[in-house]
Amino acid sequence: MIKSDIILHLINLTIAYLQAGRWLDAVRDVSLDIRAGETYGLVGESGSGKTTLALAIMGYLGGGGSVKLGEIKLDGQDLLALNENELREVWGSHIAFVPQNPQSSLNPSLRIGEQIAETLRYHQGFDKTDAHQKAIQLLEKVHIADAGLVANSYPHQISGGMQQRVMIAMALSTEPMLLVLDEPTTNLDVTTQAVILDLVRELIQNRQTAVLYVTHNLGVVAQLCDRVGVLYAGELVEEANTDDLYHKPLHPYTRGLLDSVPRLGEVKGEINLRAIQGQIPALDERASGCVFQARCPVGVEQCGQRPPIFHPTENRWVRCHRWEEIYGGQISVQQPELQDVAQHLVEDSEQGDVLKLERLEVYFPLHRSLNELVRRSPARLVRAVDGVSVNIPAGRTLGLVGESGSGKTTISRAIVGLVPRTGGSVQLLDFPLAPELKDRDLETLRHLQMVFQNPEEALNPYLTIGETLRRPLVTLLGYSGQVAEVKVRQLLEAVRLPASYANRLPDQLSGGEKQRVAIARAFASNPDVLICDEPVSALDVSVQASILNLLSDLQMDHDSSILFISHNLAVVSYLADQVAVIYLGHIMEVARSKVLFEPPYSPYTEALLSAIPVTDPHAEQRLVRLEGEIPSPADVPSGCPFHTRCPRYLGEICVDKEPPWQTDPETGKRYYCHIPPEDLRQIQEHIFRTDRTLNV
Amino acid sequence: MTSGTLFSSRKSESSAAPGWGRRFSLTLRQLYSKPASAVGSTIVILFLFLALFGPILAPYGANEQIFSDARRPPSSAHLLGTDNLGRDVFSRVVLGASEILLIAGSGTLIAVLFGTIIGLISGYKGGWLDETLMRFFDSLLALPALLLALLLLGIMGPSKSSVLIVLVLVYTPIIARVVRSVVLSVKTKGFVEASRLQGESLSWIMFREILPSVMPALTVEAALRFSYAIFLVASLGFLGVGIQPPSPNWGLMVKEARVHISQTPWALYAPAIAISILVIGVNLMADGLKRVLQSTSSD
Repeated sequence: MIKSDIILHLINLTIAYLQAGRWLDAVRDVSLDIRAGETYGLVGESGSGKTTLALAIMGYLGGGGSVKLGEIKLDGQDLLALNENELREVWGSHIAFVPQNPQSSLNPSLRIGEQIAETLRYHQGFDKTDAHQKAIQLLEKVHIADAGLVANSYPHQISGGMQQRVMIAMALSTEPMLLVLDEPTTNLDVTTQAVILDLVRELIQNRQTAVLYVTHNLGVVAQLCDRVGVLYAGELVEEANTDDLYHKPLHPYTRGLLDSVPRLGEVKGEINLRAIQGQIPALDERASGCVFQARCPVGVEQCGQRPPIFHPTENRWVRCHRWEEIYGGQISVQQPELQDVAQHLVEDSEQGDVLKLERLEVYFPLHRSLNELVRRSPARLVRAVDGVSVNIPAGRTLGLVGESGSGKTTISRAIVGLVPRTGGSVQLLDFPLAPELKDRDLETLRHLQMVFQNPEEALNPYLTIGETLRRPLVTLLGYSGQVAEVKVRQLLEAVRLPASYANRLPDQLSGGEKQRVAIARAFASNPDVLICDEPVSALDVSVQASILNLLSDLQMDHDSSILFISHNLAVVSYLADQVAVIYLGHIMEVARSKVLFEPPYSPYTEALLSAIPVTDPHAEQRLVRLEGEIPSPADVPSGCPFHTRCPRYLGEICVDKEPPWQTDPETGKRYYCHIPPEDLRQIQEHIFRTDRTLNV
Repeated sequence: MTSGTLFSSRKSESSAAPGWGRRFSLTLRQLYSKPASAVGSTIVILFLFLALFGPILAPYGANEQIFSDARRPPSSAHLLGTDNLGRDVFSRVVLGASEILLIAGSGTLIAVLFGTIIGLISGYKGGWLDETLMRFFDSLLALPALLLALLLLGIMGPSKSSVLIVLVLVYTPIIARVVRSVVLSVKTKGFVEASRLQGESLSWIMFREILPSVMPALTVEAALRFSYAIFLVASLGFLGVGIQPPSPNWGLMVKEARVHISQTPWALYAPAIAISILVIGVNLMADGLKRVLQSTSSD
């Protein structure tokens, strides 16, 4: 390899933040190289320092942060030595940055075309008309269909996915040497994410651009990157080619990370997720030795000293004292199993349904415009949930998966009564439920509980954990005094938290611990049905697994049924016995999670499965991409709600007629489409093939 | 963003939840960590001290006239001189502190009490009740406070209790609005919804689940209203429609001394400066409280 090939060269970079008068290292001693034409994935959980590192490379740390040691070189030029003016030159023409949130990076008062043209004029000396022409060309390059129209729009008039395309168009407008992408698809839906990732892949393919892709999503890295660096608590612990890293992770942290995410097609019972114990240390708690020591399953005394870099092969390295044993397969670095989930696999048998939704409808009236008021036209309706019928059998889990705006959260809120339904019925243990919460008695409440999405808001910050857990015991079960205290301790024990936590306030707990308490509270009244609305989506991947396992564990003990709602298909299908796929307030498909990944698929499920980045660089995935944006629920298309974007659109019939529910005789899948199962089977192959062959 | 969680160091070892006493002393300590709020807090504490021990500290009575010593400039006998009626200005300023703090303070407190209850109910219940209350409050708020006060005092006639009622009527809508806006953001949080699903009573949800989260914003707002109340009481005294002579109300003292400004300027400056210092002090403290309480509680 020729030296000049290296575009980005970080040498022993240490970045610190000033916190309460002390400098604390957020990134410590990181060295890495990115070559021309190479895509480098930087993976880490929140708090690992990955964004800090990306910003430091951009020379954009802001107040409080500072590079303490080391060098950042771009094509041989020392970026740290440049002043503001010289940096500005570099920013525009040599480095480009695509941020996580395009909305806050686009100027809301400038038209898209002008914003792009501005960059071109400033950095490349285009005149006004040429710059505008070039801007439109750039928009066409990122596959924006109506580039002229978009160029004339303001940022708020286009969708998030479109905004991110604009950011990418701007970033590539000056042909930069280095492109830094910081979680560019994290805020997008999977089907949109897939399109953006395709775009990034296409655009960088034939260029000599070096790409630094920062993310927490292991699937995205597997699908996009050539090389991966794993960042933990500010230190790069392992670096390898993507294939090597996924098939033979050497660092115990990398292994833990890979083991803690469920992959597509993995269901509980067949595979056991292993969570990484403990949590990422805060800035002022970082050990001087190996950073992962406190959570490592194979830590030894030697780990008190910082491991140097070991090179098992020429193009990979790892910072672990025990790499040889791991490499040779003498020791396993798997995290211990939390429990044996295999027994959780309930046999298929006829069980009564505990929760039945029949043609559930939730409509919200839109505020009428002045024009509509004058003309006395009725208020337009947002059809958030439009005729949903599903059942949950006793002791089972139904997963509900959908993109944002699909109505999945509204369904959960309508079931528990936080949002009144406008039509249809909900039955709990054969008793019809009143639409509104205030009309339900305590007995009903006791049988139906909910776990909320955001653990930060799930607990009252001014009540101790003990108090929070005691309330449902008092109000719903009528316990008091000593009995309630004993029960509180049992609840804490059930969610594997020490009894001393009863005296703590929520802000003394980590996110995962808070969610444990929220789960304990929901299980306090021993409910028959538990609604979980995205219970792990706000948590780090290494913590997710333990929460998922905990849920399925408690479900066994309490024989409860769970409605598990998530946007993450892999998580849903791991935990659920059955999965319902929802689109624009309509259920599109219901299948047992084991057969969900086998054809035939409803066309929407097919697209959804194809969009998910598989956590395996070797996976073969069939490409199905959706055109356009998800329509507004205020304006649900007629006939089949999916017909406007459906890749398997038949014609008139999809627009005019509501599709029938079809059942595939082989898999028992039920789906909502005009195409009969035998025809679907003929045109669809397996959407992906992957094998999880990890060398233990 | 990731760097946000970077700093959330977990306070792991301090196990028990802090009580109200500890929270108060902690707040006070944090107030004294910045010069501006330290000055403000010191001023407020000083004036509270004056109000409490005024009768001991004041060398003369509020209305004690020493005719032989009328219109004397500040001296060792009369620290701030005497007014044209021979009353000791220092004693009157000191004794006036208790009155103005008492009226402004109790007016603010009652307004906070009413405003909190109305804001909680209005924000939590919503619907037509909320709509009616808020539109009524809007119409009250449309009038400048002083104008509204003049109007009300014109109807009720000047007296201490009238001034108190005016303070309550003027500040209740403002407090209610502040409380309501916090309630609106808190009531959709998971912990409030969870308590609804647990069948908690309305009063538990409002006072135990929601109110604690309202407290930081409420405390700051109350402190701010308190400073306005001091000003309003003084203004009404100055205009002659509030507290009546011979009370040692600072506003009233300014009004009375105004006529004799060429002979006894000290009788005018002393109460005027007292008003300014106290109002500035309370404001500085309110700013400090905002920094201390709302930065730690805004999650």
